[in-house]
Amino acid sequence: MTKKTITPTINGEPKELLVDQRITLLDMLRDELHLTGAKEGCGNGNCGACTVHLDGLSVDSCLVLAVETTGRSVTTIEGLAKGGALDPVQAAFLNNSGMQCGICTPGFIMATKALLAKKPNPTEHEIRTSLAGNLCRCTGYDKIVRSVLALTKD
Amino acid sequence: MKTFDYASPATLQEALGLLGRFTGDARPLAGGTDLIAQIQERRREPDVVLDIKRIPECMRLSLEKDGLHIGAAVTCSALIAHPAVRERFSILAQVASLIGSVQIQNRAGLGGNLCNAAPSADGIPGLICLNAQAVIAGPKGRRVVAVEEFCIGPGKTVLGRDELLVELLVPEPPAHSAGSYLRFIPRAEMDIAVAGAGSFVTLDPKSNRCKEARIALAAVAPTVVRARAAEQSLTGQPLTTSAIERAGDLAMQAASPISDVRGSKEYRLELARVLTRRTLADCAKQLGISL
Repeated sequence: MTKKTITPTINGEPKELLVDQRITLLDMLRDELHLTGAKEGCGNGNCGACTVHLDGLSVDSCLVLAVETTGRSVTTIEGLAKGGALDPVQAAFLNNSGMQCGICTPGFIMATKALLAKKPNPTEHEIRTSLAGNLCRCTGYDKIVRSVLALTKD
Repeated sequence: MKTFDYASPATLQEALGLLGRFTGDARPLAGGTDLIAQIQERRREPDVVLDIKRIPECMRLSLEKDGLHIGAAVTCSALIAHPAVRERFSILAQVASLIGSVQIQNRAGLGGNLCNAAPSADGIPGLICLNAQAVIAGPKGRRVVAVEEFCIGPGKTVLGRDELLVELLVPEPPAHSAGSYLRFIPRAEMDIAVAGAGSFVTLDPKSNRCKEARIALAAVAPTVVRARAAEQSLTGQPLTTSAIERAGDLAMQAASPISDVRGSKEYRLELARVLTRRTLADCAKQLGISL
């Protein structure tokens, strides 16, 4: 098995890791770093449960090779809360009950975080379009969308 | 999953050198949204994955005198965010925003969409409409192939095993022109086209008649195809409802669809007609023509 040493920054911390060249970023996060917030739903880019930020942009970590992240910055759901305080997006999902079983929640929160960084006041239509790459099989999306709307100023 | 080696050359020369040396199946990696899924599902089992994202030519996105240069690994998000693309190559921004989710658009690009050579590729009709050229590098130097000649079957392209797509070169659309792409999917987004149509019309401003029309259809043949009879029917004609209807009827001649889980042959033929009409009507609207 061929391995490669990579040096990504994970949640602000520089890392040096020896990884199998064929594993995905999602596998590295979950199996090597034990960051299990990102989930594998479909494994082919449809469900968004594995959404993380790669250099600030939301990506499906199941469709990124771990070796591609050398020299790059990865942020996962575990990197959002600071000093025991939830990130505003996490708080909004909590306060608006934007979840049921919770499997899709880390992906939705990371996708929302990226959306609001680009567009702080999205309309409901923009929220629904921007979150189309995240599937939820419990909520019917309404409370998720309301959680995001609660973060907009209008 | 089978083991593979990963290489990320920093220059085109280095990449071509590696491609020449490898004996097994080497697959270039741009956004990976098709390739990594195919590897995971064992539909492809490359020996080497060659990441092209460190190669400057493959990451270039710039408007020059000879047109828009879109590096083979430039993402859909980068295209959508580029003001000149949105204003002057709007059909490309339109298709880039149709491909997958935001997460996919942050990785995937038109270069990979072309090389994956899916009959249903949303990125290809827009490129064909704008007469885009594929710039290919190989051991003997560079060659240029029109995008409409690039795919030769589902998943098959003209690329040799020692060649690499470097960039897409898209000539600036002429004045008095408009382009539009529509696909039909049963969902609102995040789906593979049952059929798609891209239309591009250039008007003669004096006569207000079509100087040139280019129409490309997706998911109705083994590759994206041009609807030449439909195009020719518009040349020299004013863009009227009846001319558009006739072009839609003729577009069906270029379609040779299969029936599959996404739609029947008959349904796809009808979609080719309807989507051609709608995209032409959208071009007319953009050109200020009321139908």
